[in-house]
Amino acid sequence: MSLYILCTVLFAVGLYCLLVKKNLVKKIIGLGIMEYAINLFFILTGYRTAAEAPILDRELAITNFVDPLPQALILTSIVIGLAVTALMVAIAVRLYEKYRTFDINEIRRLRG
Amino acid sequence: MIPLFVAIPLGFAFLIPLVSKYKEGFARACAVAGGFFLVCVSVASVYWIKTGAMTYAVGGWKAPFGICMELDALSVLILLVINIIGFLALVYSAEYIKKRYTSPGLYYALFCLLLAGLNGVAISGDLFNMFVFLEITSIASYALVAFGTEAEELEASFKYMVLGSIASALILFAIGILLAKVSTLNMADIARQLMRQGPGNITVLYCAALFTMGFALKAGLVPFHTWLADAHPAAPAPVSAMLSGVVIKTLGIYQLVRVIFNIIGFSQAMSFIFVWLGIISMVVGVLLAIGQWDFKRLLAYHSISQIGYVVFGIGLGTPLGIIGGLFHLFNHSLFKSLLFLNAGAVEFATGTRRLEKVAGLSNEMPVTGVTSLIASLSIAGIPPLCGFWSKLIIIIAAFQVQHFFGAIVCLAVSMVTLASFLKVQKYAFARKAQNPVAGIKEVPLSMKVSMVSLAILCVGVGLFFPVIINTVIKPAADVLLAGREYINWVLGVK
Amino acid sequence: MKQQQGMSLIVKRITKITVSLIFLFGMYIVLHGHLTPGGGFAGGVIIALSFIHLVLAFGKEIALQRLRESFFSAIESFGGLMFLGIALLGLSGGYFFLNVLPKGVPFTLFSSGIIVLCNIAIFLKVSAGLFSIFIALAIIRMPMDDAKEQSR
Repeated sequence: MSLYILCTVLFAVGLYCLLVKKNLVKKIIGLGIMEYAINLFFILTGYRTAAEAPILDRELAITNFVDPLPQALILTSIVIGLAVTALMVAIAVRLYEKYRTFDINEIRRLRG
Repeated sequence: MIPLFVAIPLGFAFLIPLVSKYKEGFARACAVAGGFFLVCVSVASVYWIKTGAMTYAVGGWKAPFGICMELDALSVLILLVINIIGFLALVYSAEYIKKRYTSPGLYYALFCLLLAGLNGVAISGDLFNMFVFLEITSIASYALVAFGTEAEELEASFKYMVLGSIASALILFAIGILLAKVSTLNMADIARQLMRQGPGNITVLYCAALFTMGFALKAGLVPFHTWLADAHPAAPAPVSAMLSGVVIKTLGIYQLVRVIFNIIGFSQAMSFIFVWLGIISMVVGVLLAIGQWDFKRLLAYHSISQIGYVVFGIGLGTPLGIIGGLFHLFNHSLFKSLLFLNAGAVEFATGTRRLEKVAGLSNEMPVTGVTSLIASLSIAGIPPLCGFWSKLIIIIAAFQVQHFFGAIVCLAVSMVTLASFLKVQKYAFARKAQNPVAGIKEVPLSMKVSMVSLAILCVGVGLFFPVIINTVIKPAADVLLAGREYINWVLGVK
Repeated sequence: MKQQQGMSLIVKRITKITVSLIFLFGMYIVLHGHLTPGGGFAGGVIIALSFIHLVLAFGKEIALQRLRESFFSAIESFGGLMFLGIALLGLSGGYFFLNVLPKGVPFTLFSSGIIVLCNIAIFLKVSAGLFSIFIALAIIRMPMDDAKEQSR
């Protein structure tokens, strides 16, 4: 249980970083932390004590294996995270080209 | 054939970048043809699905184990909204994109990806699959908001991306907790397991809270609305129409009501939260809209306010309230898209969207003037246009459950909306120009066609509203009212 | 005098040898995706890394003359189309994504029906996509590197 709570704490750290930090790059890192917290949570939910990897093999029959479903889901989630991060980095670089800064306080032409 | 809803736009999204480099106009023709086909399929599906649900086992793996797609009346309503607006926005895009932006091929590919994601969200019967389609839609819309790559657009897109990612993360977290709790991802199966475990579980409540936060962020309800007013005006006009008319409803409202009503179960506390989210959104959205002079930004704030009506209506939880909410969702997608297309036309013709800088456009641009008048009266709730009936139903429903405060707020917000749109009409279209600018011409044919057809739909839905309610809205409302009956439809009667 | 592109001679020389090995390893991961851990995504990433390796060692100007971005985006679209085509192939058996091909004997290379094809499609999509992302980020010139732009 404490592990799950630690995941939530990690998630909160990422959320804090994403919302409070002024630098665009730090915001992107915060997003990464948040995603990893969720990934960790998924993997932990599939974990069994002293279990093995869920690989079908000819020689040995594995009876006690971890749940493979969260792992498959996390692969998908990692790919999505990759796409979002790449897009975000590209836009941050373009923003730097336009505004010559990564500081969110100076990037505010939109208001009202 | 349920998978076609996803397969067609996704196929075009991959095909267009491959071919459009060598052949001019291929992308447009492809996208419009695909959009038209999707409209046909979704109109046909209105007749397939009367009650219950149609399920489709992807890969032949049966429902609780494999990924299943399911089509019921609520999905049909959403598919209808997505594909009609999507098709008309694609028709509109032809000239608009050619004139204002480079690389139309990429635009159409992203647009098809957006359609694929939206359709996928609407037909998915699996929670994680729904999340994947949600992310496809989100990524496509982030990219489309930044499509102009001007400073403001990039900034809006970054803001949208930060808040959208938080929403996705919250939703994924909730899915993870549910998965750990019930060890299944099929939505109907989750509902069945939760029903067996009985109500009042703290974990489920936690999930419901996370889902509500995530989807409210995607829908732009008021405490979570800050991104919307930046992101929606920054996109190209057809994309703004899609974002305001379709995306916030599919990603926000549809998924929220699907999860809350059909999986977790609607309760009094949920009703309270929905109603107050709705009321706050209505009031704050319209108050922020009054002072705006940017045409598209004004419309974006009105979107927040109108989404408030939808959530308020659905949150009442009575049959009439849900019908009113869903009908308003349908109507809002029509007139708000039309207004965004009008704003795009004004920008296309004059090069600005500041209301104080344009004047007397109804002489030079009669089609835009008339259609925007229809849309403005619709959104303000003037009989017999479509917006009037849905607002009326919501207000009657509020009186039925004796929520007088909500009903009065609905009326008051409607008045303020009318005032705000009279300002638009007066400044942009009706008043005489002080020093008329020569050379303002009516927009090209393709843009006119889609604006006129949306205006006809607005008037038609208003005149024939009993037909629409009986064929489309009522079955969709029944899906929500049936609540966990949904389990039997998808998994078969046990 | 023309500036030396990329890294030093040693790095270039070693890269020439290792790139093909990395590529081969990626191919192995892709083609044995249905037998061992790995598959289209992991293999695709490894193969994209081999290309990125080339760009890093030889400098982006020289490497990008050989490896053109339009080619990779075409490959990427093709990979997506192929995956969708495989899915639609299943419709011939009645279901979207149905595994219609013969399954073969388990634990041999030619087994498990469409999974191998899916892995190949994913590999095309992922490797080309990842490399396109890399190129897109690499060819953006940061203004502070550019002396001309700063003096303007």
